[in-house]
Amino acid sequence: MTERIAGAVLGTETEFGITITNQAEFNPVLASSLVINSYAGDQARIQWSYEDESPGRDSRAFGYEPAPMADFESGLVNLVLTNGARLYVDHAHPEFSTPECPDAMHAALYDKAGEVVLEQAAQAARDILAPEERLLIHKNNSDGKGNSYGAHENYLVARSVPFADLVRHMTSFFVSRQIITGSGKVGSENGRPDVDFQITQRADFFEEEVGLETTLKRPIINTRDEPHADPVKYRRLHVIIGDANLSETQIFLKLATTRLVLEAIEAGTIGDPVSLADPVQSVWRVSHDPTLKTTIRRQDGSSISALDLQWHYLETVAKHAEMEGVSNNDSLAIAEWEETLELLESDPRSASDRLDWAAKLELLEQYRGRDGLEWSDPKLRLIDLQYHDVDRSKGLYHRLVAGQRMRRIFSDEAIAAAATVPPDGTRAYFRGRCIEKFGSSIVAANWDSLVFDVGEDALKRVPMMEPRRGRRSMVGDLIDSCDTAADLVHALGGSDG
Amino acid sequence: MAEQDRKRTHPQEQTEEVEAAPNASSPAAEELAETIDDLLDEIDSVLEENAEEFVKNYVQKGGE
Repeated sequence: MTERIAGAVLGTETEFGITITNQAEFNPVLASSLVINSYAGDQARIQWSYEDESPGRDSRAFGYEPAPMADFESGLVNLVLTNGARLYVDHAHPEFSTPECPDAMHAALYDKAGEVVLEQAAQAARDILAPEERLLIHKNNSDGKGNSYGAHENYLVARSVPFADLVRHMTSFFVSRQIITGSGKVGSENGRPDVDFQITQRADFFEEEVGLETTLKRPIINTRDEPHADPVKYRRLHVIIGDANLSETQIFLKLATTRLVLEAIEAGTIGDPVSLADPVQSVWRVSHDPTLKTTIRRQDGSSISALDLQWHYLETVAKHAEMEGVSNNDSLAIAEWEETLELLESDPRSASDRLDWAAKLELLEQYRGRDGLEWSDPKLRLIDLQYHDVDRSKGLYHRLVAGQRMRRIFSDEAIAAAATVPPDGTRAYFRGRCIEKFGSSIVAANWDSLVFDVGEDALKRVPMMEPRRGRRSMVGDLIDSCDTAADLVHALGGSDG
Repeated sequence: MAEQDRKRTHPQEQTEEVEAAPNASSPAAEELAETIDDLLDEIDSVLEENAEEFVKNYVQKGGE
């Protein structure tokens, strides 16, 4: 099994919907700050250091577009958690960025842990609100009124893979994987054609094939080139065309299948690209057809369905796995992928135990059948929204779980543990353990460094430009053996910062 | 390159019935219907009151 860089480290970022009912002057920025401060409790508030961040850097060779830095946090609430994650206010939403994870299974687990963190934070924040005010957090991506917020995935990719190759191969993969990644939505937005129900929350908002933007004219392939790691060796593929998912199986599938396709691109086993005639139109056409019968046009004039495109990628990845060997996790993903495509092919609703869009559609159809509701009925829109409520007593996804209607891959205990304990296999282990053990001595943190104040004249900066260094096998004993941050910094030989 | 063995089974290519759909009057189907009704009743009890008002007031700022 050849070791590949593609997807060797990955993670997700989720912006949560936030609302307070019965509050006249609801301000989402203040509400988000309240939630995050409430979670912080007594935890040290560690400053996030932006010195190495450059979200305006573009992967395309032709230069830079203006960086979207305007309101890129100005002293807003920001936490680094003991699990290595980041919890902060981004624009007008609470955002949870998972720690860097060594495989798709861990990334899915920490994506779920983010829900628990937000559920607990909202619970704590409720103590501060008036009795009639209710704070609700939704893991969704749209308010149904033309406003969208993101669920992003990040995959480490070798710098040696030409960005043009990523664009060529990933575009039709991203268009077609919507049938695996969608969380479902009643109606359409952003001027797209009317539809009763569609597969994804986000499709209506994609307007470009390739670009740097994330808030306007969203592109299928985002070119942000900000690896948070050694830029000579790595890039980070920042994927913005995905939905926030509740289903554990689905989050794993989304991350594992994307990672495998990237690995096949890096290994050169991917074969010829499938080029679409109109990728942007194809995005919403695929999303707008929950029967999965729609076909989209290829550049060669032929047509293909999203399902057949997914079969193509599955076969390509299975061939790659045979030739190169893959991990047990990846073998599991390939088997799950095949099973899910078979279900979608026989009857999309039969995937309602594992795909949010199918589960939501099944629930909506049950309601329509029982109560004779038209698709325009507000009750169906409410069900659509409440499916995503992270409060386990009220969220409809969680009610389906309680009714044993969703296939799970994690225990509640494992998810709860991931809310506080970092993954072993990446630098997030070092970050999380240091926050937990030496938090009061850390003055600033970001993805690729920690800055310690150990009581000497100069602050000590520990760089972490290699995302797989700092894992438990490398630093676990060292952290255990150090009583103070000063011991640790001196043992590491940290440079003056 | 060798042709893949991995082949999806198109529904129309299947030679045997996967599984007959349970007859509507069978005990299993009745039990399922009951549990679905129970589920919808349970969900009714947690749904936000006044769907129209709630949906109207649910406005988010764009993000990312």
